[in-house]
Amino acid sequence: MSPALRVGAARDAAAAGEVARAAGESAQDVVLLGVRHHGPGSARAVLAALEAYRPQAVLIEGPPEADALAALAADPAMRPPVALLSHVVDDPARAAFWPFAEFSPEWAALRWALAAGAEVRFIDLPAATSLALLPSPEELVLAEGPAAPDADPPGESGEPGEPGEEARVDPLAVLARTAGYDDPERWWEDAVEHRGEEGGDPLAPFAALAEAMAEVRAVHGDGGHPRDPAREAHMRLKVREARRAHERTAVVCGAWHVPALAGRTAVAADRQLLKGLPKAKVETTWVPWTHRRLARASGYGAGIDSPGWYRHLFTAPDRPVTRWMTKVAGLLREEDLPVSSAHVIEAVRLAETLAAMRGRPLAGLGEATDAVRAVMCDGSDVPMALIRDRLVVGDVLGEVPPDAPAVPLARDLARQQRALRLRPEALERHLELDLRKDTDAARSRLLHRLALLGIGWGEPAGSRESKGTFREDWRLRWEPELAVRVAEAGVWGTTVASAAAARAADAATHATTLAEVTATAESCLLAGLADALPVVMRALADRAALDTDVAHLAAALPALVRAVRYGDVRGTDAGALGKVAEGLALRICVGLPPACTGLDADGAAQMRGHVEGVHRAVALLPDPALRDRWAAALRGLAERGDRPGGAPGGIPGLLRGAAARLLLDDGRLDAAQVARLMGLALSPGTPPAEAAGWVEGFLAGGGMLLVHDQKLLALLDGWICGVPPAAFTDVLPLLRRTFAEFDPGVRRTVGELVRRAPSLAAHPAPRPTDPGLPGFAPTLDPTRAEAATHTVRLLLGTTTTTDLVTRGDGGAQDD
Amino acid sequence: MTATTSAAAGAEQAPRPPAGGALRPHAEQDFAAELAALAAADDRPRPPRWKLSPWAVATYLLGGTLPDGTAVTPKYVGPRRIVEVAVTTLATDRALLLLGVPGTAKTWVSEHLAAAVSGDSTLLVQGTAGTPEEAIRYGWNYAQLLTHGPTREALVPSPVMRAMAEGRLARVEELTRIPADVQDTLITILSEKTLPIPELGTEQQAVRGFNLIATANDRDRGVNDLSSALRRRFNTVVLPLPASAEEEVEIVARRVAQLGRALDLPAAPRGADEIRRVVTVFRELRAGITEDGRTKLKSPSGTLSTAEAISVVTSGLALAAHFGDGVLRAGDIAAGILGAVVRDPAADRLIWQEYLETVVREREGWKDFYRACREVTS
Repeated sequence: MSPALRVGAARDAAAAGEVARAAGESAQDVVLLGVRHHGPGSARAVLAALEAYRPQAVLIEGPPEADALAALAADPAMRPPVALLSHVVDDPARAAFWPFAEFSPEWAALRWALAAGAEVRFIDLPAATSLALLPSPEELVLAEGPAAPDADPPGESGEPGEPGEEARVDPLAVLARTAGYDDPERWWEDAVEHRGEEGGDPLAPFAALAEAMAEVRAVHGDGGHPRDPAREAHMRLKVREARRAHERTAVVCGAWHVPALAGRTAVAADRQLLKGLPKAKVETTWVPWTHRRLARASGYGAGIDSPGWYRHLFTAPDRPVTRWMTKVAGLLREEDLPVSSAHVIEAVRLAETLAAMRGRPLAGLGEATDAVRAVMCDGSDVPMALIRDRLVVGDVLGEVPPDAPAVPLARDLARQQRALRLRPEALERHLELDLRKDTDAARSRLLHRLALLGIGWGEPAGSRESKGTFREDWRLRWEPELAVRVAEAGVWGTTVASAAAARAADAATHATTLAEVTATAESCLLAGLADALPVVMRALADRAALDTDVAHLAAALPALVRAVRYGDVRGTDAGALGKVAEGLALRICVGLPPACTGLDADGAAQMRGHVEGVHRAVALLPDPALRDRWAAALRGLAERGDRPGGAPGGIPGLLRGAAARLLLDDGRLDAAQVARLMGLALSPGTPPAEAAGWVEGFLAGGGMLLVHDQKLLALLDGWICGVPPAAFTDVLPLLRRTFAEFDPGVRRTVGELVRRAPSLAAHPAPRPTDPGLPGFAPTLDPTRAEAATHTVRLLLGTTTTTDLVTRGDGGAQDD
Repeated sequence: MTATTSAAAGAEQAPRPPAGGALRPHAEQDFAAELAALAAADDRPRPPRWKLSPWAVATYLLGGTLPDGTAVTPKYVGPRRIVEVAVTTLATDRALLLLGVPGTAKTWVSEHLAAAVSGDSTLLVQGTAGTPEEAIRYGWNYAQLLTHGPTREALVPSPVMRAMAEGRLARVEELTRIPADVQDTLITILSEKTLPIPELGTEQQAVRGFNLIATANDRDRGVNDLSSALRRRFNTVVLPLPASAEEEVEIVARRVAQLGRALDLPAAPRGADEIRRVVTVFRELRAGITEDGRTKLKSPSGTLSTAEAISVVTSGLALAAHFGDGVLRAGDIAAGILGAVVRDPAADRLIWQEYLETVVREREGWKDFYRACREVTS
């Protein structure tokens, strides 16, 4: 019962003022400003409090290593959002970020202190210690983003992945529940952020909040933040230090810590808590940050849903809702949606009425969103997604002055350049890599990773055909502006590998076409980014599922299957890759017949390329059931002779012929079945152009078939002779093209066959006693076959050398 | 009551003997006790001529317990936000357009809103392809017109005109079914809040408290889209489909049981499993993603509403009862599902086959369903 009463009192500003003065009297040389990280209302309140109190020293929750960097915040070239980054010197992957937005109370305090000439100190546990305590850095980098100690909601603490994180108590949720709110963010907004304190004591709200937090901590103890005692001990020591040196000190920290800092403890006890903590050698710098990073959705756990909205609240001079609606209307107009001023008026009215009905002091983002949806967007969620992306989160990219210390990514790059003996030189240089050598393979991976990050140091120089796949040619040239690119790429990660992986994952998630995702997947393989592959594969599978164009799917499959087959993916979950490939193949099988209908000549030619590509790819997949399905799909194509290609729903002869040929080559159709299909395709009922297309598709696999199967040749010959003169001129170019692709020897043999044995057309069934082909005897010559048989059998692995001695002949039939 | 028809939801409330033995009493008759209790407990400001405050109206729809212990049954199960926006819209002078696929309780919500706000849900214009302008403006009593000429007495007001005169809520059902030129009659009413009567040289001005609730469905074919001029007069609220599979399974099961009783079908022992499957298939195809969130899917052109799921299960039950062994099996629902999913023979069939091959085939315990579907599909 007691917390409820106290909190109720705390929400009442007048009563809280009393508490503030009572608490403040004893220690007027220091004020504790408990804030919600990234809360615009907190930032305003902090500014007002600082302005009223005018401290000589401002202590901010953050790594003390950043003290030296604080002055940079006043640099005009510094534009939030930015983050303080600490990383272990020889392991940049172990890093922690402290992000600051324009509307962060810490940032506001920092800027105020620098402008007012007050001393600035960061008082949290040193990053050297917190990073040394980090559990397993490698796992953190991709899973959760770098540890962000100050990123979670107020009363935060602890890096993501810290043991017992699940058990942590959210102090705000406790207060909000007590006040009857189900959403802690909303409670905070109503109780603190939206509360204008015109004329009131600017320090009063902080005292009230401290009271409330004290109650929460009395009930919940450390709330499952095991490292808090040490952190708070460190803060207390720092505060004591500042109090000795200055008359007025202000402390800006998470509201959660306020009670611990206000309590009295012995210096010796605090020192005892800090004894024996491990230390790592760290470096700290400023890096640019983005609003997307601040938003929870980006996976960086930075703690706020709506940085764009908060920024608006902080920067809008007055009437935030009206200004917001005007912004929204502007955005929608840019996207060609008809939004008038009348819409804006109605939306503002609706938002305010909604707020009144929900009993909130001011319309918040929830009311604004509901109103925009109902009034401006016709209830549709599609424009709402746009508004969320562009305004509620927003596309703000921070900037850091050039004289900030180098980002770890640059260090990592320099280290790798040294290790791989690749010096950045402005002069263009040609580099040939032999991927079978370890160093060259590592160089290739580095260059590919940099390319993914948009750092165009090396350009692939298009390797010459003859060299095979283990060679890569690069043109290297280091331009000065690449250093800037490296700094920009710093937002993606602290090492080249992790940054490239994060970048690739992002590119795959935001890609608009399937081909882009496939390209990203291939780059991942080339760059050896096994970590990014699961995300990319996921995006690929999703895209493939939604892509209705079989041609796109077919274009994506071969590269994917190559990757599965040849194990380009080192140490990745090849099983997952194989599953994606199989899913893709399955979709192609299902979608192939409809995709082949109604194509013109060019479309059919393209589709034939795809069909052949998929055919080769499917043959490499391990699942025999899938190969059967693919064969069934091809058979479906080959057998669909009912409608000619021009008619709606008809499949072009080119594709049907090609399908028949692929099946024949695979042994899934025998000669008699093929002869039947050919007979159907070349029968008088089929338009000659269509039949010629069939012939082209069928014979594209090579003409040797005609030499060996005279039945087919006879069919073809009969058809050509039967083409009416008028149609013959139309068909001729097609046939010429088909036959021109044969080897000269084959062409010649076919010609001779046709001239020598026109009677074959009359007697389609070839007789074994027939005189053989030109240049061939009618039957096999066992002695001559013998010589080849040995080798062939060895190649096929059907026998050993000793077998050959005993079973020399008879194998001739095998070839 | 998301996604049940109003009849289903109405039947769920303990029905009292209707006044005058009506087959289906109006909402304000059915829930008169709740409305009275709410009015008694309601001390918040009420807009002019509203029977309840906006807060009480929202409570009436969403359910809750009053300080005096009266339990208010929920009329609409769904996001609170939606009801709040709808009620707030009516409190401003903007008209409310309830949009949604068939079977999302649009009519049900509109009736209860009118009952709670005005105590009268009967000022109703049913939109059809043949709805004339008179249904929205006014008509004439021709006998009077011939004897006395155009007088106020000869004029027959429409429900909308009566609502304007009395400061109540008017309802227009299926607004998009009404021909476009007739729809536009509403523009003057909604923007100028007046209805001119040129024959008498006068007008009917709307009294404070007047507003209009329209329902429309955004997936059906053969509808007349609202002109943008009319659209601007409305705040739009889209009523969503049931949020969770559990909720939807329950709605389907309850409704199927009711229908089954009406058709005298024997109760099917294994029904629950099959209902779950039907709902799962419908939800997955509708949402374009599997329930486990792992695989994305293409969505077919049909609406796949809960109402359709109900009819698939009901016809499956009928099949099982009359031609099978009385147990609802995969085979009984396969054909129904195929019919509901494949509306466009080319594109939808492809989508369905892809779904079968990539999702259903792999799913644990769905072998019989896969086989049954393959059978009817090929």
